[in-house]
Amino acid sequence: MTSEQLFQIFLNGITLASVYFLVASGLTLIFGLMRVITMAHGTSYLLGGYFGFSVASATGNWYLAALVAAAIVGILGLIIHQVLIHKFQNDDLRVALITLGVAFIGTDLMAATYGGDAYQVPAPSNWLGTVVLPFAGSYSLQRLIIILISIIIGVALWLLISKTRYGAIVRAGVDDSQMTAATGVNTRVIFASIFLLGSALAGFAGVANGTLFTLLPGQDGTFLLYSLVVVIVGGMGSIPGAALGALLVGLVSQFGLYFAPTYATVFTFALMVIVLAVRPQGIMGKVRL
Amino acid sequence: MTENQTPLLQVKDLVAGYGGSRVLQGVSFDVYREPLGMIGRNGMGKSTLAAVLAGMLPTESGQILMDGKEITGYAPNRVVKSGIAYVPQGRRIFPSLTVHEHLTMVGAKSSDRWNPNTVYDLFPRLAERKKNGGGELSGGEQQMLAIGRALLTNPKLLLMDEPSEGLAPAIIEHLADVFRQLVSEGLAVLLIEQNIHFALELCDRILIMVNGYIATEVTSEELSKNTELQERFLSVV
Ligand SMILES: Nc1ncnc2c1ncn2[C@@H]1O[C@H](COP(=O)(O)OP(=O)(O)O)[C@@H](O)[C@H]1O
Ligand SMILES: [Mg+2]
Repeated sequence: MTSEQLFQIFLNGITLASVYFLVASGLTLIFGLMRVITMAHGTSYLLGGYFGFSVASATGNWYLAALVAAAIVGILGLIIHQVLIHKFQNDDLRVALITLGVAFIGTDLMAATYGGDAYQVPAPSNWLGTVVLPFAGSYSLQRLIIILISIIIGVALWLLISKTRYGAIVRAGVDDSQMTAATGVNTRVIFASIFLLGSALAGFAGVANGTLFTLLPGQDGTFLLYSLVVVIVGGMGSIPGAALGALLVGLVSQFGLYFAPTYATVFTFALMVIVLAVRPQGIMGKVRL
Repeated sequence: MTENQTPLLQVKDLVAGYGGSRVLQGVSFDVYREPLGMIGRNGMGKSTLAAVLAGMLPTESGQILMDGKEITGYAPNRVVKSGIAYVPQGRRIFPSLTVHEHLTMVGAKSSDRWNPNTVYDLFPRLAERKKNGGGELSGGEQQMLAIGRALLTNPKLLLMDEPSEGLAPAIIEHLADVFRQLVSEGLAVLLIEQNIHFALELCDRILIMVNGYIATEVTSEELSKNTELQERFLSVV
């Protein structure tokens, strides 16, 4: 194999990682930070993709589609949190079952509306074509753009959580939510906002993946699974951890696909097993009591 | 004494506990604009009372009134708005936050009596540890931070649960000075303590809690002289 091929596989891995990161960053906020086990995260992803497809097809405006998809999925996530989850937030099993129910209903509703076809979200026309890169040769422009958007979102999220007053309140709320409330913070509003943000990120991930690849029924399950793997590998509740986890999972699966296609999936889970064996809290995860 | 004023905090027949087990068996007392002490042996229900007052534990029955307004059953953030700030036993510092973040997250305005700068003036030690994480602080520093965090809500009443627990004598003395300064500014304090000397030094009026109710109220003068009383309720040193 040529070094150019190696770079192509590497870039494919990064592309996949950027989509995984978008889904997993939402999950690491909801599950990793807030400790709400949501089984509906993949549903948010696929629903966002479908909404993105519908809006982009109808209006021809990708940016509007991405925004609308993220906003609607975010608001749906918020409603589900307020109505179904908030009351049972500390009862893990119940929350898992409730969100699993939401996921089943979502899967059926999406199947009824969008059927079994594959969809692709139409990208802006000026994103088409390729760019010539050093070492790698030519590479898809829209993939590079999605990678860049992912990086920007990742940095913005990291700044939000680690550098702002809002981020400090969120971290305090995760450490000790009652004590946070005892400083005057309405923790319910804070947790609701995280749910909104996490769901919106999953919705946007659906648009991103639907633009670069295709949207298919069943992806809600696979993306839930992969984002869980990313969050567990990277460390729960850590945005840089989700980035690192996504990078590892993306690269391992792409190189695996090239060198040993039969075992590509196995490699991904082997990665998780190895990380868990060596560092149970994930690569960037903190040990919690 | 202060009996002719209206009380700042009124607690009436408070009953509360954990699930099936009832800990507070009808607690009644008033706090005026004063430093009020509450002492009692381990496990008597002092921290349970503090948690109920802070809104962290539900009441089964009874009433809590702040400034004449009923706040029974308020969530902690609403209790804070009514003017009560809570310095919990064990400090409950946030390990994921730096010292400075603890102070800025509360959102005090720079025009308020207490804002991060005035807290740093009160505790210069915290200013030196600004960038340190909550988990890297000594016990004394954690206590300063817990008090600072509570003051930043600009309360009328400071609810302190065993602030001297586990601290070195020099630091306890420093906290006593701070305590006197706060009281001289007109802040009311409910000081829950096992360290009877600390409470006697700072409060005139002392409540004694036994088995989930207020067994008696004494002046610190009476209590410091009366060793029989000390032994009966406290079995102290
Ligand atoms: N979280 C809890 N769950 C159940 N029981 C508790 C809890 N906290 C305290 N208790 C019980 O309540 C009683 C009073 O405890 P506490 O209020 O902490 O006493 P104090 O502060 O006076 O030492 C004790 O019997 C204790 O075992
Ligand atoms: Mg106690």
